[in-house]
Amino acid sequence: MSAAPRRAVWILILVPPVLFLAALLIGRYGVRPDDAFRALFGLGDVPDILRSLILRVRLPRALAAACIGTNLAVCGAALQGLFRNPLVDSRILGISSGAAFGTSLALLVSAGAAAVQGSAFAFALAAVGLVALIGWRFGATTLVIVIGGILVSALFNALLGLIKYVADPLGNLPTITYWLLGGLGGSRWSILPPLLVLTGLGLSFFLLIRWRLNLLTLSDTEATSLGVRIRPFRMAVIVVGTVMVAASVAVGGMIGWIGLVVPHVARAWVGPDHKALIPASAAIGAGTLLVLDTIARTALPSEIPLGILTGLIGVPAFFLLFLRFLRARGETR
Amino acid sequence: MSLVAESIRYAYRVGHDVLTDVSLDVEPGHTLFVLGANGSGKTTLLECLSGLRTPRTGRVLIDGIRLTDLGPRERACRIGVVPQLHEPVFSYTVGQAVLMGRAPHLGLFERPGRKDRQAVARALNAVGVTGLHDRPYTGISGGERQLVLIARGLAQGAGCLLMDEPTAHLDPHHQHDVLSVVRQLADEGFSFVVTSHHPNNALLYADEVMFLVDGAAVVRGEPDVAITEDSLRSAYGMEFEIVRGANGSRAVLPRVLHPTAPTQDAESQSD
Repeated sequence: MSAAPRRAVWILILVPPVLFLAALLIGRYGVRPDDAFRALFGLGDVPDILRSLILRVRLPRALAAACIGTNLAVCGAALQGLFRNPLVDSRILGISSGAAFGTSLALLVSAGAAAVQGSAFAFALAAVGLVALIGWRFGATTLVIVIGGILVSALFNALLGLIKYVADPLGNLPTITYWLLGGLGGSRWSILPPLLVLTGLGLSFFLLIRWRLNLLTLSDTEATSLGVRIRPFRMAVIVVGTVMVAASVAVGGMIGWIGLVVPHVARAWVGPDHKALIPASAAIGAGTLLVLDTIARTALPSEIPLGILTGLIGVPAFFLLFLRFLRARGETR
Repeated sequence: MSLVAESIRYAYRVGHDVLTDVSLDVEPGHTLFVLGANGSGKTTLLECLSGLRTPRTGRVLIDGIRLTDLGPRERACRIGVVPQLHEPVFSYTVGQAVLMGRAPHLGLFERPGRKDRQAVARALNAVGVTGLHDRPYTGISGGERQLVLIARGLAQGAGCLLMDEPTAHLDPHHQHDVLSVVRQLADEGFSFVVTSHHPNNALLYADEVMFLVDGAAVVRGEPDVAITEDSLRSAYGMEFEIVRGANGSRAVLPRVLHPTAPTQDAESQSD
């Protein structure tokens, strides 16, 4: 990595902590920085309501936003490289469809928060497990994995449709619909530990192998001739990425566009070398979701579903990046 | 490095041999050109030599060691593959692309360091494209890309490079740029196996030539001996003549075919 991308990565890494602190201060009830500091570190006298707001509402929510943004963006960057396709995100493996079905099923039987989370996680893994099984049986080439992902997604989407069809339109159905739109309103400490742990482990894995991810962008033949055991490596990346995304969806629901757009922004900034791309994607993903979630809970009197917001921002952002790409190729007037 | 294949045989499906009993022997500093029609098994042969495919019978030896006795990384430190040109999706710089050649020298969680970047600089220097280090790989010419891919093989530390049609899609000037680098590296001790559709390039740059016909090595020898009107006819199924230049060089010319227009009695002769 030459000097310029390295400097850009260091600058990018410094941004999310600042946004994280801002997210603790900003809200319908404004908090002064010194009060927040005292509440966080248990110093001096802070009104109980303020301490409770910072420690029990805003802190877990900001942590969830940072973790989910990191996971979706890092997984998107890794999968775009793995499939040698810049239009890919975690949806290609059926992760989201599996998680959506799992959550809806748990909500249909009015299960508790932990059960909903567990069900989302389990079915996300089940979906990718099916894809992996297809890959294991028929050779884990990208073609087999893509076809497997499309089939498994379609299967779980059909099952999701069935659940919506039988759900009570006045009871469970609105809850399911709201969850499918994504949001961090339910981020309590009680459901956060799996997300925090799996984000830590997954991010560490991707940071450790980040240079090797470059080898995944080569053809199977080329990678093999460079001594890489490409298929086990590819499956390992898919499994770790799945766990990260499944943990995220289980807490935040369906939050689209982050996994697709953030890696492109990062690539425009630091280039395609995954050595810089992975930390840059993590930083931009975390920062973006911190900002968007703060907007989601403050912009309107009632909360805006986060998935709607990421779509509203993601579409024009992607279009601008696409224009930039066309201009670089000299294909626009 | 010396590369030896002893009567290797390969089939994708049982009973349909793509390679039938091919033997070859490339000494250090030698360049072997493999000529043959489309579908004659050239690429399969390279894949068997690189360890990507394991021959059903026979064996491949690199420096006297059986290829199947080497792990993927050990193998990659000895044999490099220079693939056919293709358009990459992501625009890595030339330096980053060549750095990927260091993969067999690095552990799973290791990242390339100073030693690896020095190997990249040496490799780019060896093929004469040091100036391209920071250029995007997607923005250089086909001939330059081929040289960069050779540099990747050198950075890999391989003493033997297998090249799959390195001159396809290149104009004559770039073909000779690439092949003179191959020639020069061979003089330094590297060994090469090159598949090609250009018998004239083989006459100019090969130490040895092999013709593959339907997966069998029919002729093997020095270019002047191996490339004859007979061997060309059996390899490509058409007539050639070999002409001599003023300075004694030889060149292959196709005998121009005059396809006869189909006539009415062509059908009656079709039996």
